[in-house]
Amino acid sequence: MKSVASRVFIAMIISSFGLLSSNAQNTSLRGKIEIDGSSTVYPISEAAASGFNKSYSNVQINVGVSGTGGGFKRFTKGETDISDASRPIKDSEFAACKQAGVSFFELPVAYDGLTLVVHKANTWVDHLTLDEIRKIFTTAGGAKTWADVRSGWPEKTIQIFAPGTDSGTFDYFKEVVVGKSDTSLRSDMSTSEDDNVLVTGVSGSPNAIGFFGVAYYEENKDKLKSVAVVNPTTGEKVSPTATTIEDGSYAPFSRPLFIYVNAKSFQRSEVRQFVAYYLRQAPAMAKQTGYVALPASIYTQCMMRCRDSKNGVGTHYLTNSMEKRSGAVTQVYRKENLVD
Amino acid sequence: MSQSGTDKTEEKTANALASHRRDKLRGSESRMNTDRWFRRICVMVAAVSVIILLFLLGSIIQQGVPSLSTTLLTGTPEPDPSQAGAWPAIAGTIWVCSICALVTLPVGIGTALLIEEFKPRSRWGSRIFSLIQLNISNLAGVPSVVYGILGLTAFVSMFSLFGVDKNGIQGFEVGAKYFDQFTNLASDPFLSMGMEGVEERYFLAPVADRADPPTIPKQGMTIFEYQNDQLNPVKISVVGPEDLPPTDPVELSLAIDANALPGRISEKAWYYFRLPFGRGVLSGALTLMLVILPVIIISSQEALRSVPSSLRDGARGLGATPWQVIWNITLPAAAPGIMTGSILAMSRAIGETAPILIIAGIVYIRNAPHHLMDSYTVLPLQIYNWTSRPQEEFHSIAAAGIVVLLGILLSFNAIAVILRHRMQNKIN
Repeated sequence: MKSVASRVFIAMIISSFGLLSSNAQNTSLRGKIEIDGSSTVYPISEAAASGFNKSYSNVQINVGVSGTGGGFKRFTKGETDISDASRPIKDSEFAACKQAGVSFFELPVAYDGLTLVVHKANTWVDHLTLDEIRKIFTTAGGAKTWADVRSGWPEKTIQIFAPGTDSGTFDYFKEVVVGKSDTSLRSDMSTSEDDNVLVTGVSGSPNAIGFFGVAYYEENKDKLKSVAVVNPTTGEKVSPTATTIEDGSYAPFSRPLFIYVNAKSFQRSEVRQFVAYYLRQAPAMAKQTGYVALPASIYTQCMMRCRDSKNGVGTHYLTNSMEKRSGAVTQVYRKENLVD
Repeated sequence: MSQSGTDKTEEKTANALASHRRDKLRGSESRMNTDRWFRRICVMVAAVSVIILLFLLGSIIQQGVPSLSTTLLTGTPEPDPSQAGAWPAIAGTIWVCSICALVTLPVGIGTALLIEEFKPRSRWGSRIFSLIQLNISNLAGVPSVVYGILGLTAFVSMFSLFGVDKNGIQGFEVGAKYFDQFTNLASDPFLSMGMEGVEERYFLAPVADRADPPTIPKQGMTIFEYQNDQLNPVKISVVGPEDLPPTDPVELSLAIDANALPGRISEKAWYYFRLPFGRGVLSGALTLMLVILPVIIISSQEALRSVPSSLRDGARGLGATPWQVIWNITLPAAAPGIMTGSILAMSRAIGETAPILIIAGIVYIRNAPHHLMDSYTVLPLQIYNWTSRPQEEFHSIAAAGIVVLLGILLSFNAIAVILRHRMQNKIN
């Protein structure tokens, strides 16, 4: 009985969103929304801001690209209304929010698949296991040549291209590959904040390997070859595609992208309308910008959080004792995991 | 007597010199060769830099000119590359650089005048002067990112001198009007259900002071609505928790919830000013001032030094005060040199990205700045953002953006060159 009621309730929410989206232009809504944070999430926020301004032309929206960490720094001071993040909030940032009295809604908006790429002419690498990836990218692994990674591969020096250490992409890769072990990512990788530089780097050297968001691979398919990753739980080789990222089989390198909305700003009409628009359009915008939409149930969950302005705030990615919680977004983004 | 004596000695020396030269020339085929080679190397080096420049310009123009369009010049940044424009960034660049020039030129030239024209008289004075001189020369070599960080503390937050009071209000401001924005019953996207067909309306209640608590909706309160960009008073009805909402759609669209929490918004006049400056145009301009000030000071000093002291001495001998000497003699004579230095410095300011990335960091913005504290972005930042996007189309509009940036740069420089010519003609 209860589940039927909640299903009807969810259906009502979704239908009401559908109706609202058909609104014509509204010029009477005023205000200003400050967004800052990850450059990975930026294209989605830009698409949201641009689309929203088509219906509400007098709301001024500014989107910055200070990086996930830089964005959270401003967010915890209350300088921004929404923070773009390519990883969940860290315990230190959460503590800073608490201290400043900033509470927030945590809303996943899309999936990104971290893609490992090699040169087009690389004939030997077709898939890698997580252990082999550790050999290549960590100081403990310390593979100098491809032969060190798997016997039978050529004895050619591996060149590594990686995103900048300030990026959420680097953080996420480090978390998956290094995790809690006491090693670290190699310091002799060529890093760049600009992913196009990584594309050029890998496509220019036959023995190179690199990683970045799936959007950059999709745009450069003709120059690069993506590497399938062996899913540690099923043992199957999986290539990063929209299907494998969405169904979670491309693990552990598919990650959710978030927006964090300041709960105080969320009282303002223009922020509420914008967040509603963002969530409504997120699946389409994710696709348009080269990312992958989350399952519909996640967006419904997001809307429920926003409706419950008192109990919907907080993060799902930290436990009560401030330990990191990880796993597939469908497992973690649940009401019972919400910590404030 | 003495006259003919000196003539003779001069003649002798001249003869000796000439014969010496002849001797040297005779046995100096290799010297002439060196000279020829030196000239060739100079031409080659010059050619290399010109060729590189031409190559760069050529590739940018070839890549950028096809994407140049009115959309790029007048449009706003959009996710679709074919509709993306850079108008807010162009306007931001012009704003920031104009303010930067207005502030930097007087300060820079003034400092140079002080150091060059008012030499210290005491020992301590000269020590302080040489300390200033040393500082200026060193500051010219500091990376611009460092100035960005400095600008962030000095201008954006003003060393956090202005604390935040208990209402979360910071600093001091003039020229802002505050409103509490209410949503009608039917328009909240997260609360309204089953109220389709009701017009979405927003109402503004004026707030006397920004620190005031949120307005509580009351029957018959003064409240306005924007209709065709004009604030018109409207009559709203407040629906309490026990009341039934009106059934008529028009009346329902004018109804707000008695427990509704408004959102505080503000409207800023063109003269809006606040302390601390925040991440506005003025902070950007002042930070760029820090970047280019050493260049302007040093080049102005060089220009002032190159004015022959006979001019100054003559004026002083005629009884001119230091002010008259500087204003009528030294400055006009040094103006062309000062202008050249300023052109180079302003060109640097226009192309600067790193400090602006730190103190503004915005890349999506739809409006040109309206006042000194308004948010902005600059063209180099927009170009940087476009080049880092995965889509190839963004890379070509980035190239077109570079062409526009070069255009702005050249027009700024053209103005300066014309001014310099005018001044030079005046002096001649």
